[in-house]
Amino acid sequence: MAMPLHQFFTSTDYLLSLPMIMLALFGMGVLIIDLLLPPEWKRANAWTALVGLVFSAIAVYKVQIADRIAEAHGQAGSFVGFGGSLVADRFAIYFYYLFLAGAAIAILMSVKYLEIEREQHGEFYALVLFSVIGMMCMASGYDIVLLFVGLELMALSTYVLVGFLRRDQRSNEAALKYLLLGAFSSGIFAYGLSLFYGLAGSTNLGQIALTLEQHFLANPKDPVAILALLTTATGLLFKIAAVPFHQWAPDAYEGAPTSITGYMSVAVKAAGWALLLRIFLYMLYPLRPIYLPMIIFVSLATLTAGNLAALTQSNLKRLLAYSSIAHVGYMLLGLVAGNTNNASSTGIKGIMVYLLVYTFMNLGAFAVITSLRRRDIIGDEIDDIAGLMFKAPTEAILMLVFLLSLAGIPPLAGFWGKYFIFLSLIESGHYALATVAVLYAVLGLYYYMRIANAMFMRRAETAEPVSLSPGLRLALAITALGTVIIGIFPEVFLRAAAWSLSVPQASAVAGLLK
Amino acid sequence: MPANYVPIFIFIAIIAVALPVTLLAAKLIRPDNPQKTKAMPYECGVDPIGDARARYTVRFYIIAILFVVFDVETIFLFPWAVQYKALGLFGLAEMLVFLAILIVGYVWVWKKGALEWI
Repeated sequence: MAMPLHQFFTSTDYLLSLPMIMLALFGMGVLIIDLLLPPEWKRANAWTALVGLVFSAIAVYKVQIADRIAEAHGQAGSFVGFGGSLVADRFAIYFYYLFLAGAAIAILMSVKYLEIEREQHGEFYALVLFSVIGMMCMASGYDIVLLFVGLELMALSTYVLVGFLRRDQRSNEAALKYLLLGAFSSGIFAYGLSLFYGLAGSTNLGQIALTLEQHFLANPKDPVAILALLTTATGLLFKIAAVPFHQWAPDAYEGAPTSITGYMSVAVKAAGWALLLRIFLYMLYPLRPIYLPMIIFVSLATLTAGNLAALTQSNLKRLLAYSSIAHVGYMLLGLVAGNTNNASSTGIKGIMVYLLVYTFMNLGAFAVITSLRRRDIIGDEIDDIAGLMFKAPTEAILMLVFLLSLAGIPPLAGFWGKYFIFLSLIESGHYALATVAVLYAVLGLYYYMRIANAMFMRRAETAEPVSLSPGLRLALAITALGTVIIGIFPEVFLRAAAWSLSVPQASAVAGLLK
Repeated sequence: MPANYVPIFIFIAIIAVALPVTLLAAKLIRPDNPQKTKAMPYECGVDPIGDARARYTVRFYIIAILFVVFDVETIFLFPWAVQYKALGLFGLAEMLVFLAILIVGYVWVWKKGALEWI
């Protein structure tokens, strides 16, 4: 019996998948156009990719408008598509914008850099677009299968991007390490998900959560549930590079093309967080008494290892890799403070704000490091940034702004991320954890200021001037404006973060179970 | 509920006993007449030369990967072809989208020269 088309693919399905469809079309377009372009025109691919990101952002905006209209009609619920496996709620929309912004800034940073590396290929931009599709699936998936497919799409694209500098041995080594450890962690993650499927008999997050709730009430010490929780959490913590699953991060960050290092530390990490929050807040909340001590331990270990290892690094990319591990530690503390099944608590809001400000300040810092790459100079050691003040004062001052923001100094964006995390810890009564976190924030200031010290107090090692390409200039302007504006006028952005969590998850779950 | 896992442990126990017993019984019953030729790997009547783990050209990997891609394509097409009537217009549209994506990849691979041997 023939079923009509609109039953399989409704107009809601179309609306919800439009951002991803746009990216897929433009990604494939870049691949085909690249074949027709003469070598000197290869940078046109970057513009095609940027147009694709803009179109995708417009599609996300359409979803947002539809959400607003639904709210005006009193139907404050999430949009559910594809038979309940895709949920474009405000949480997902917030992350969509974050991924698109991160990808756009990374592409702006890449154009000139790839020319210097003599690796200007269209595939680079196509892979960035494809990875964003995967991230979007990770943020909006409400079904463990879709979440896993999204994760793999993102990860596979990123493995290739990390190894994109074919002639560079470090890049190849980084890609191989990242691939092996990434595949390993994906396997553990998939194993955990399969156990949950076995327990619940459903792949839907809401359905699994309901079963877990009843199951957990009946037998609170079920070894299978605990094994499933442990393996799933291990896979997720691998992806966000939390200690003790962080060893891949410094090597992968150091070897990858600098713009991709920036991209990995913000967009890929934000996607990992989207997945982690989706699973912990929407599926695993009945198991919170079990996972809470584990998350506390991991966050303390992450803070300690990240901050202490960053102290002694002499390579800028490695230093920022360890600092990014430390930032994950702060964000995990937000998860500790976040309430049971109340997603709109201060702790979770703090994580959302943190990811937003981190996107701008960290990409800004990587944009400055990207500009240090010149002919014959790799430019990722602290010695390479020495004396930047005397060569390019504007850049040096912008770098100082980013570094202060990363350290969390008040008038800048980074302060608000840390502020909400610490506030949530105090609100939920974790005074000891809050104290430790503040002490580590002070420690963090030391290694960020080591870079500043090199820029302002030391003489340059080479006379080679630093020049900025237009794309890099634009990327620096956007990230610097973002860092300063969020710092001084945080109101709008804090409201956006609160908005992203404002739909109670119960409405999404209730709609799905019918 | 540990009680639910009891069948699995029984299963493991049976395997732990049955496997050695079968192997041992087979060893005792079967005729034993080892020869050098019997132990050799099969190579179409030619004497096998050298180590099986020789290095060979990376092009084989590309061919293998391309084979897997188009193999999976066929696997996807097959159920659709069997249920063509039931899926109707939706199935056709869906498959055209799927094929369009694959054709982009195919054109890319072709133009990149991955289908040529040298």
